Amino acid sequence: MSVKEENKNPAEAAVKEEKKTAAKLIPIYIMGKRYEVPEGLTIMKAMEYAGYVLIRGCGCRGGTCGACGTVYRKPGDYKLQVALACQKTIEPDMYIAQIPFFPANRARYEFAGLTSAPEEVFKLYPEMFRCVACNSCTKACPQGIEVMDAVSALKQGNISEAARLSFDCIQCGLCTSRCFGELAQYHMFQLARRIYGARIVPRAEHLAGMVKAVNEGKYDRFLDELKQVKEDELKKLYQEREAEPMTAGEDWKPKDTRYL
Amino acid sequence: MSLAYYPGCTLKTKARNLEEPAIASLEVLGLKLEEIPRWNCCGAVYSLAEDDLIHQVAPVRNLIRVKELGKDKLATLCAFCFNTLKRANLLMKDNAEKRNTLNSFMDEEIDYGGEVKVVHILEVLRDEIGWEALAQKVKLPLRELKVAPYYGCTLLRPREVAIDSVDNPTILREFLKALGASPVDFPESTRCCGSYQIISSPDDISEYARPILNSALRHGAEALVLTCPLCDYNLARGQKELIKKQSGLREMPLFYFTQLLALALGLGPQVCHFELNHGSPESLLKEKNLLSQSESFQPIGG
Repeated sequence: MSVKEENKNPAEAAVKEEKKTAAKLIPIYIMGKRYEVPEGLTIMKAMEYAGYVLIRGCGCRGGTCGACGTVYRKPGDYKLQVALACQKTIEPDMYIAQIPFFPANRARYEFAGLTSAPEEVFKLYPEMFRCVACNSCTKACPQGIEVMDAVSALKQGNISEAARLSFDCIQCGLCTSRCFGELAQYHMFQLARRIYGARIVPRAEHLAGMVKAVNEGKYDRFLDELKQVKEDELKKLYQEREAEPMTAGEDWKPKDTRYL
Repeated sequence: MSLAYYPGCTLKTKARNLEEPAIASLEVLGLKLEEIPRWNCCGAVYSLAEDDLIHQVAPVRNLIRVKELGKDKLATLCAFCFNTLKRANLLMKDNAEKRNTLNSFMDEEIDYGGEVKVVHILEVLRDEIGWEALAQKVKLPLRELKVAPYYGCTLLRPREVAIDSVDNPTILREFLKALGASPVDFPESTRCCGSYQIISSPDDISEYARPILNSALRHGAEALVLTCPLCDYNLARGQKELIKKQSGLREMPLFYFTQLLALALGLGPQVCHFELNHGSPESLLKEKNLLSQSESFQPIGG
């Protein structure tokens, strides 16, 4: 690939690459219109191959940002399927529609004033009690989260459990798009995880000790020394640094313990 | 022996004083309450609309969790959860068409056909432990405590889910007698507390509570015993408003039956969580020597 091509949109470059290898074309339907696209592409690349220029509904392209929530259906199956467009490989005759954004209710709150009481969440999201346990949210989660169980945990006042169950949530909003009770599950869970992190999980004592040491200037001298180092010397220091081995145990210590 | 157990959301938040003394007491009586996994809301209130099947999904899903455990009985503690779960169970057992619709809607779950028996903890005490055996375990008899049994609606109505005679229930009276207390019968013991009507008509709360509380007081009750967090909320709030309106009305403590159970079994006031009660029963319990003079708890209930 030439340098000139590399500077272009990486997606476009990838599409060109696909064309060169002359993969087999398979039919898919994007918002109801039929396209023939090379097999093996992700839904997102297939959309770009078909001519869509994505300025929304695409973000990290790595399955973690939650921007490309997509619903699809296969012929002869009443089941609605969900996926992240950047992760899911196309299949023949898929009917695809992206739901990159859903107008979900997001409560406004001053976090500093919130406690860990279950009622904080009840007050901000009273609609959670409209849940009828239909489980559509769970079925719509591309991350495989037990969404309904996490809603139940919130209703039971168990913020820790809601935070635990929703840990893998990437806020794509597909649960909310399918909710019978019009709940904004992913915003409720984000609040639960914030409360859990700030008010419930025990503070790490060693972290407090480290912050204190930093504030007291324990490392200032080392940083100052480092700032004086010339670029070449800095590169050498970096390349020769002692890294923690992948298999290091809890008790691993570097040979040079001056900075501990 | 262990018993599959459904707590309900309120018992995990506002009504921990209903649940915690029950778990501790039943353990003393040789029964371990095993909370079922992944339970959700019971449905909160049984939907009476013939074609409203979506509101049956929540209770049925809980019953499926019990079937998945391989258990055939589910014990409940909240009277409202008991009612919704037992009625949804009957629907699944008796109505083939609705059963099929619900099973096919919940196609990610195993099929359910009413295999689980839903019981209330009071029935467990009566039928599996027995009043005599219970009386023998009592360490601190609630002597001279005059308690009026208040049933409310959901343990007795409709008839097909009733845990006792609909017209003349005695289960709470027998329960209180086993604990050594003096049950006070009164004619309003099955009158409605206002239920969820209070949400749409909050001003009516004292008018629902008035006949119940007045009748219990007139018949000599010193306290009411309850089985339901909604009755507790409505009667306690109603009582507060009545006291505001007619000064001089004595505040009558409201107990959950499980609090009196734990107290009589000698498990101590901490297990009973009296601090969560609406209005403090402290002075009454001290007067009856059921609480040491040095004990004290600050009510945090609203």
